[in-house]
Amino acid sequence: MQQIFNFIIRNSNRLLFLLLLGISLALTIQSHSYHRSKVISSANFLSGGVYERINHVNEYLNLRTENDELVLENARLKSLLFNKEDTTKLPLPDSVKGVKPADIIVSKVIHNSYNRHENYITLNSGANEGIKPDMGVINSLGIIGVVDNTSPRYSTVVSILNMKSQINAKIKKSNHFGSLTWDGKSTGFVQLEDVPRLASIKKGDTIVTGGQSVIFPEGINIGTVDKIYIKNKTSYYVINVKLFNDMTNLGHVYIIKSKDRDELINLEKKEKDE
Amino acid sequence: MNSALLVNIFRFIMLLAIQIVIFNNMNFLGYISPFPYILYIILYPVNSNRSGLIISSFLLGLTMDMFCNSGGIHATACVILAYYRPYIFKFSFGLSYEYQTIKLNESLTPERFSFILVSVLLHHIILFILEAFQFKFIWDILLRTLFSTIFTIIISIIIIYLIKPNKR
Repeated sequence: MQQIFNFIIRNSNRLLFLLLLGISLALTIQSHSYHRSKVISSANFLSGGVYERINHVNEYLNLRTENDELVLENARLKSLLFNKEDTTKLPLPDSVKGVKPADIIVSKVIHNSYNRHENYITLNSGANEGIKPDMGVINSLGIIGVVDNTSPRYSTVVSILNMKSQINAKIKKSNHFGSLTWDGKSTGFVQLEDVPRLASIKKGDTIVTGGQSVIFPEGINIGTVDKIYIKNKTSYYVINVKLFNDMTNLGHVYIIKSKDRDELINLEKKEKDE
Repeated sequence: MNSALLVNIFRFIMLLAIQIVIFNNMNFLGYISPFPYILYIILYPVNSNRSGLIISSFLLGLTMDMFCNSGGIHATACVILAYYRPYIFKFSFGLSYEYQTIKLNESLTPERFSFILVSVLLHHIILFILEAFQFKFIWDILLRTLFSTIFTIIISIIIIYLIKPNKR
């Protein structure tokens, strides 16, 4: 017994080091291997509050670009209003087209990272405003990411510039589906993988979200085709997609709150159980 | 004793604050970002309590991880740097470093520079390896480590000169 105590006292620094190293390595590995359940995230009272303060200052510096974007969006909405489609057409039942009635929550980016392989965005609204994990985040130009963690007042978003992110997407004119990933290289480009080689694609085609997931409604802009190549030994295309969004400069964003989401998730869960 | 403790707590908070407010927003060419917050570990008094250094470095790294959404990579790198700091001292200043009163924030000698260089390099290489976590990014890791190290050292030396106490 005496010897054990002596050993502990003699090696207290080393034991302390090993203990703390173990904790921090466990946190690291945990954050790399699971899609969710981050123990330490910036969606908490302290860091959320600090980032909000910093953002108040930065906002003044970006007022001009933010205004430009709003003007552009206003113009687009006005044009939609004036060139409204014929209302005498019979409305299609929405389950056929895959369009789900969706609510929109407006929020603001208070912290944005884009220089690592796994990037996250922090927003200044959280569970109090009705944000839940797995909701889609977009802005006027295109998609941004998927909500990861929420606290009462803040939430973190897995950016599309995150190697763990996988989003269902399709080619606008031909309806061929693929999954959108990022190779960790450039902030302006993401990759659309697993597109069958039957699909006819050419440079400049638009990529939009597919309607196969409950996260995003169908048809939200992502980007344009920049380069097409074939992954070796498979019969699938990999497409380099040039994003509409400048992911390094984000202001206000919209969070899509699909009304049918809970119902769909429950249904899918039930099917899986049976 | 008490004033040294206060100075350390002050340094801890100030370095974290400027790291989060200023240096986390710096990205030269998309991948070069400096981490001068590890000056806290480098400037910690030589003969002070070693377990105190290890625990406070862990908290320092954990706070950084919280603000960067990065799991535990800063905490791991900081704890390793804190534990191996005496060995780096031995490497840079020779065996008898414990009997000298080394103050890093005096004039920059080659020994002091080599100490800062080795510490920053050790911290950054662990940080970027854990961040990428895959072997196919090995060139990316080395490139990021190299440029960020140069950048961190330049900024650290500027900070050391700025906070140098006045000569009485």
